[in-house]
Amino acid sequence: MFFTMMKGTFTKQWKKMLMIAVTVALGASIATAMLNVMLDVGDKINEELKTYGSNIVVQPQSEAVVSKLYDLDNDDITVDYINEEKTGELLTIFWHNNITDFAPEIATEVTLPDGETATLTGTWFNHHLEFYKKGMTYERDTGIINLRNWWDIVDGEWLDEQAVEGTLYAMVGKDLADAKGIKAGDELVLTANGVSETVTVKGIFDSGDDESATIYTTLPVAQKLTGKEGLIQKIEVSAITSPDDELSERAARNPNLLSGEERDLWYCTAYVSSICFQIQEAIPEASASAVRQIADSEGKILEKTELLMSLITFLSLLGATLGISNLVTSGVMERAQELALHKAVGATNVQITVLVLTETIITAIIGAAAGYFLGYAFAQIIGHTVFSSSIEMSGMVAFIVAVLIIAVTLLGSIPAIRMILRLRPSEVLHGGH
Amino acid sequence: MSSLLELKNVSKIYGDLHALDNVSLTVDKGEWIAIMGPSGSGKSTMMNIISCMDKPTSGQVIFDGDDITKYSRRKLTEFHRDKIGLVFQQFHLINYLTAVENVMVAQYYHSMPDEKEALEALERVGLKDRAKHLPSQLSGGEQQRVCIARALINSPELILADEPTGNLDEANENIVLDIFRQLHKEGTSLIVVTHDPEVGEVAQRIIRLEHGRIASKK
Repeated sequence: MFFTMMKGTFTKQWKKMLMIAVTVALGASIATAMLNVMLDVGDKINEELKTYGSNIVVQPQSEAVVSKLYDLDNDDITVDYINEEKTGELLTIFWHNNITDFAPEIATEVTLPDGETATLTGTWFNHHLEFYKKGMTYERDTGIINLRNWWDIVDGEWLDEQAVEGTLYAMVGKDLADAKGIKAGDELVLTANGVSETVTVKGIFDSGDDESATIYTTLPVAQKLTGKEGLIQKIEVSAITSPDDELSERAARNPNLLSGEERDLWYCTAYVSSICFQIQEAIPEASASAVRQIADSEGKILEKTELLMSLITFLSLLGATLGISNLVTSGVMERAQELALHKAVGATNVQITVLVLTETIITAIIGAAAGYFLGYAFAQIIGHTVFSSSIEMSGMVAFIVAVLIIAVTLLGSIPAIRMILRLRPSEVLHGGH
Repeated sequence: MSSLLELKNVSKIYGDLHALDNVSLTVDKGEWIAIMGPSGSGKSTMMNIISCMDKPTSGQVIFDGDDITKYSRRKLTEFHRDKIGLVFQQFHLINYLTAVENVMVAQYYHSMPDEKEALEALERVGLKDRAKHLPSQLSGGEQQRVCIARALINSPELILADEPTGNLDEANENIVLDIFRQLHKEGTSLIVVTHDPEVGEVAQRIIRLEHGRIASKK
């Protein structure tokens, strides 16, 4: 009988029910889109910020300590070195899949043929790394082609390590190239520590900063010129990280102060501090630290974006609540005579309320299901428009949206329930006194 | 004959209006009475109070020895569901349910819907063959008979009918009155509110209300 009565309502009030479903669908779609974007936006913003360079730098222990103590530029102090072979250890850490790119570096001052000096940095451009450890082989193509993807190549092309023979190549910064009249294809003699190397200029780059006055070459060339074969001064690392929170900040100060449970949670979350910690575990002679500017920007942007999306979600659900409230109340008003009749033949307030709420919740669930798929589409539109990539849909969002929609429906039904409780069959059925 | 219902000094006051003014009345078990009077005389108010859809401002309503004005909301609902059958002038059938389903609604809130019993109730009012019709497919007289079947389905001790023939033609009025006669014969108590003298005349007693007071008893 209950379902017969409910079916009757859906048949009789289908327009009203459709309106409720549409209202819920709109609210659910916006909530779904916003919550999915909110959950995925951390990674998206990370990916965006990764295009602006590394967010972790790995340095020799002694240099890192001096650098931190005296806030010195790395170039101003006496340096220690890390064995280049250790770079492969980055592929062995727990969060190795979050490390998108890395490049070891060694820098020195070189003398140009005209007698003037310039900074030369040896690094990987798109190096194919093979690393063997405990019977496992780890492979990765990595280097500054990705880490410096904002460089504008104004002449020639990127130095493609895998396409050229040998290592005697370089890329020259635009400011230096303009000053010295250097062009792509030129040969350049570089001298340092009494050693000379002739390199071919593959391209001229404009970095938009001081690097435009420097030269980048392959790691072996720079190592030979510095006399430090097999050694590097630092590794720039770009990693996808989770935004910092209170736990990661405490861990960054001293992970030993965390409880066992906190430590496990921290270690198994891709905080920049836990990735740094794991890099240090893998390369004990090195110190890994976050490039704070990038890490802080991530946190702030994420915080503001999440706040905005929470607000939009709240407002859309508030709108849905008001819409449901109006529709269910007007539906009860239209059905006042029928509901009064139910009371007159012995229905309790609870029975009538359950009948009306069940009808409304079923309608809301249908609307929410439609809204979820609409929200999926909205999320993809936002993802492609703002981040140029799709948004991953989270199962948790479906659950949250379901709970929110039921809460919104119940909340929106309160005025109608109050009306049901106040409904007096004597007034509705007999018409006053 | 023992009394089924007793109104003792019942008043219902809305602001300055005394819809019922110190009314006392006794209805015996199995009795059929008619309450008559002009519009605004308090007939519907009396019906609402007897059917527990409204409470008096003062006075007592004793049903089968219990003062129902002291009942809690829940107990009133139970009393109302178990003891009273209502027949309305406007029938108040649920328009998306068939005749038999309309009868089963009263069963649903009372105990369990039983289509066989509901069909039997419709048979008593001569509508078994129209059981699967919607109210919109029934004539006024047929709708009123469905309404009576719904009132009968839970075997109430008292049937309250508010202008049951008010919207019916003479032929249908006679059919409804015949059903009432049959119910009365079977021992069901009936209180019928009407302003139709022909309907009033069929009852055992006529109570006339004027300005909320009993003007005469016959």
